[in-house]
Amino acid sequence: MELKDKLVSSFLAFENTVDIDAPVHDIRSQAIKVFEEKGFPTKKEEAWKYTSLNAILKHDYSVFSDQENALEFKDIKKYFIHDLDTYKIVFIDGKYSSHLSETTHDKIDVCLMSSALSHDKYKAVVDNYFNKIAKQDGLTSLNTAFSKEGAYIYIPKNKLADKPIQIIHFSTGKESAQLLQPRNLIVVGENSHVQIIERHQSLTDNPVLTNSVTEIFADKRAIVDYYKIQNDNQNASLIDNTYIDQEAQSVASVHTFAFGGNITRNNLNFYQKGEGIDSILNGVTIIEGKQHVDHNTLVHHTEPNCESHQDYKGIFDEKATGVFNGKIIVNKEAQKTNAFQSNNNILLSDKATINSKPQLEIFADDVKCSHGCTIGQLDDNALFYMRSRGIGEKEAKALLMYAFANNVLSSVKIPQLKTRINKLIANKLGVNIGFDL
Amino acid sequence: MLQIKDLHASVEGKEILKGLNLDVKAGEIHAIMGPNGSGKSTLANIIAGKEEYEVTDGAIYLNGEDVEELAAEERAHKGVFLSFQYPVEIPGVTVTNFMKTAINETRKAQGLEEMPAKDMLKKIREKSELLEIDRKFLSRSLNEGFSGGEKKRNEIFQMAMMEPKLAILDETDSGLDIDALRIVANGVNKLKGKDNAIVVITHYQRLLEHIVPDFVHVLYDGKIVKSGTKELAFELEEKGYDWIKEEINA
Repeated sequence: MELKDKLVSSFLAFENTVDIDAPVHDIRSQAIKVFEEKGFPTKKEEAWKYTSLNAILKHDYSVFSDQENALEFKDIKKYFIHDLDTYKIVFIDGKYSSHLSETTHDKIDVCLMSSALSHDKYKAVVDNYFNKIAKQDGLTSLNTAFSKEGAYIYIPKNKLADKPIQIIHFSTGKESAQLLQPRNLIVVGENSHVQIIERHQSLTDNPVLTNSVTEIFADKRAIVDYYKIQNDNQNASLIDNTYIDQEAQSVASVHTFAFGGNITRNNLNFYQKGEGIDSILNGVTIIEGKQHVDHNTLVHHTEPNCESHQDYKGIFDEKATGVFNGKIIVNKEAQKTNAFQSNNNILLSDKATINSKPQLEIFADDVKCSHGCTIGQLDDNALFYMRSRGIGEKEAKALLMYAFANNVLSSVKIPQLKTRINKLIANKLGVNIGFDL
Repeated sequence: MLQIKDLHASVEGKEILKGLNLDVKAGEIHAIMGPNGSGKSTLANIIAGKEEYEVTDGAIYLNGEDVEELAAEERAHKGVFLSFQYPVEIPGVTVTNFMKTAINETRKAQGLEEMPAKDMLKKIREKSELLEIDRKFLSRSLNEGFSGGEKKRNEIFQMAMMEPKLAILDETDSGLDIDALRIVANGVNKLKGKDNAIVVITHYQRLLEHIVPDFVHVLYDGKIVKSGTKELAFELEEKGYDWIKEEINA
């Protein structure tokens, strides 16, 4: 049976596991219909021209993991930023692990989607925000139909989340192939501030497909910093659908560090709904082998005096392929918009590919919008210069690549996270040099 | 220290060095002068190990060892330093971090421990003072947005940090005003000792007033056609290169 048919038919079984009288279930029922109609995207769709899901949709994924799988902290410690005090929301094969998590309800709510969907206490927030900005496309609808678990974060107004929040999804490989569909809802009130680090980690080589949906609401003057670490193994694929709604004068940033996985697709959507908003989209992609990373971004400017800044750096070796498709829409009313987009790439091999495509739709006449794309190789003169100072070839290349990505790395606001990312890059490039540039 | 025997070298099939001989001993300063296109920078780059140049005949020996098979970094580990005519801009890497990496990678290759951070900072402070370099300058990206003179001063700062056995200064005087020239020359002279050697490649005699050579060689059409002492440099300054060309062609 094709995956699509399997998913549609398993919706009935899924309904036995949730409260079908809850209002959210109407949303799910509606969503499965949308998925049934639209299905998975194909390369015929413009937005999916360079990314084919065919190969990863062939696996016979188990849709619900019915067993509870446990992990010992010592075995997975390395996937946490463990030298940083954080709240933790940890999932193992899609199921919440209270043992590994550290949640709170003290002034702020850092807990589970399943709780939020089933307790009256959260009803108002869920009614107001759940599935309000998620697109009605096939993949997001599929996630919505089966939405049941994920992270729920609610920061009321005038609150500073006292420490960052780590959201980590592990897959144990106990199933021969697994589909995971986390659903996250993050609501940040007026003047409030939160930092979130998200990671998906597969622990074996069994295929995993994660189709994740995250809705983030940043109210007036809120500050949201979201960091995505994508450094999974070669049989783990990720489709990340993130939607961010920003109200006036809010500042939201998403950093995506795409260092590995099989197919990684980031659908990152920013909707600006007030004046004086700043949206920041930064990415560093370093991949090799046959890995594929596709960044598909949208920033929609609807009101005057807002900014957006996109800076994506990519380094591609061997037969790796990358896609950057950045869309900026500036409505007629959104005068004095400053929208910047830059996508710089280095190809280390003749067989590596990057497809870079800016899409600007500007309907206002008094705006500053710019986009730039470069594709190059490492500079031989720079390499010789560094080597003539005693720095080995591999190290010189690594230093150049690191320097290339440094703009983005230096904007990471959590020092321990920055150190961790520096280490991940050093490991990836096979060098042992400090990168405290 | 450095021996070059009958060196022939080409780049992209074009022969640039056509049988060059040079013998530089420890404690000596040699100046190599010559008109544009005579092969001066090619010589400097070949000694430092640039791969684009192909040695077709002859050899370069460093302390008796043929360096042909050695990569640029391995030559650096053996004490070769090239001050570039056109230092490369490397955005995102600060001067300080570049030097830390260069020194520690060199020490690793020599089987030494990394230099303790305290010693490194002390050394950076000393050498930057010697070259009269502002501390703020050290946290800027390497050569990015530096003026011509700043780039050259930064090259000699790096030389002072690396303490090479054999330093090759390729047109270090170009782009320097008279004060910067004095500072740079002072830095070079401080480094000079009985165990190391310096090869100064220059177009003009100006730098040699400050860095006084023991020997002066004239490079023309890929060969050393005339050697002498510092007086030769004065003669070249006065008379230009035409008389040498005439002498050779005669």
